Amino acid sequence: MSNRTESNVYTVVFAIIMVLVVGALLAYASSALSPKIDENKRLEKQQNILYAMGVNNNGDSGVEFVSTKEAPELFSKYITKQLIINNGQTSEDDKAYLLDIKKDKAEAGGDASKRHLPVFIGEKDGKTLYVVPIYGKGLWDAIWGYVSMDENMVVQGVYFDHKGETPGLGANIKERFFMDDFAGEHLLDSSGNFKGITVSKGNADPKNLDKTDNEVDAIAGATITGNGVTAMIKSDLALYVPYFKNLKNN
Amino acid sequence: MGLLSKKDAKLITDPLADNNPITIQVLGICSALAITAQLKAAVVMALSVMAVLAIGNVVISLMRNIIPPKIRIIVQLVVVAALVIVVDLVLKAFSYQLSKQLSVFVGLIITNCIIMGRFEAFALANTPWKSFLDGIGNAAGYGLILVIVGFFRELLGSGSLFGFQILGDPVEKTGLYALGYENNGFMLLSPMALIVVGIIIWVQRSRNKALIEDH
Repeated sequence: MSNRTESNVYTVVFAIIMVLVVGALLAYASSALSPKIDENKRLEKQQNILYAMGVNNNGDSGVEFVSTKEAPELFSKYITKQLIINNGQTSEDDKAYLLDIKKDKAEAGGDASKRHLPVFIGEKDGKTLYVVPIYGKGLWDAIWGYVSMDENMVVQGVYFDHKGETPGLGANIKERFFMDDFAGEHLLDSSGNFKGITVSKGNADPKNLDKTDNEVDAIAGATITGNGVTAMIKSDLALYVPYFKNLKNN
Repeated sequence: MGLLSKKDAKLITDPLADNNPITIQVLGICSALAITAQLKAAVVMALSVMAVLAIGNVVISLMRNIIPPKIRIIVQLVVVAALVIVVDLVLKAFSYQLSKQLSVFVGLIITNCIIMGRFEAFALANTPWKSFLDGIGNAAGYGLILVIVGFFRELLGSGSLFGFQILGDPVEKTGLYALGYENNGFMLLSPMALIVVGIIIWVQRSRNKALIEDH
């Protein structure tokens, strides 16, 4: 037995067969499951956008999305219009929420005029909300989210998510205690200039009572993830300032 | 243990205490440091490792007579990597929320040296049933330490267990916090996991002197 398995020919043949078998198995698993995975991702986007609008099953604590079953129906009920802004031109597109922000950012290569900027316009409790996606980087990997605003760029709700931030530290950006602080926060300063929202360590306002200071309280031990959230809000939401200016003028 | 012979039962109970993979063999320390800041993450990681280790041990054991010795480590690596990818895909397709919560942990299983260690030390030389029990036992021993470390780190670091604030609210200053108690943020950082593991090793060896090695 051992003589046979020691030989070079046997070793090479075994390696080739193993790679073929495992490769085929994984390829099959991946292609068989990918439609289900893509569908899950699509529903998740709808849940995330609805969450940022305040359409969720939140209790006292913890993030509770609307169920995946209800998501498509609620999404078409609450989101009345989906727009894509490209170099100042807006066009309607009911697949705007599926746009891959990461890809779009990479293709634009820092040129803001080449970006395709989705806006999801929704109605909730008689209020018109404007939900936009944001995308940036945290400590280890990508972070992203959705911000819903009123026409004055006052945040009504947010949803953040991340690919691989540290559990218990940076990963807490998707917890209620962090996200809830953003509601009511102003993105513009008192004279109407865009300032963004800074995730601030030195913020002497842990309960976030001051909504016009353009600051929320940071998470201890998650400095770089927090800075990532600040940067993502600043860079991505600044692109929407012309759209909101336009909205007010008309 | 009517179902298992005495010898088989030992395969499960030994790694829980006197041959624990973390405190005695000092394997799998990397993940014990990385993911024990929260109890929930520790429990989930322990269960994922149990699934991969038990299945992987059986697969390696079934192939033990045909694996070429020269490339056995590579074969083990392929088996564990393939298993982890399949587990990840299945979770994404059928339990998307859970796979979001696990996020990086599933991928991290590949790097867990306990898995490679058990393939090499046990599954290559034993029958599938014994290997299966050995996988369950070692993963349970690993999980036990993870849960103990996670318990102390989350309780002392965040004042919560499984995400529930049990010592009161640190911002509102209720419960223990009203008396001036503060969370120890240092507990959330990786070095404290090492110190907690060290304390467990100390306690275990002072109770069982036979575990102390002579030098």
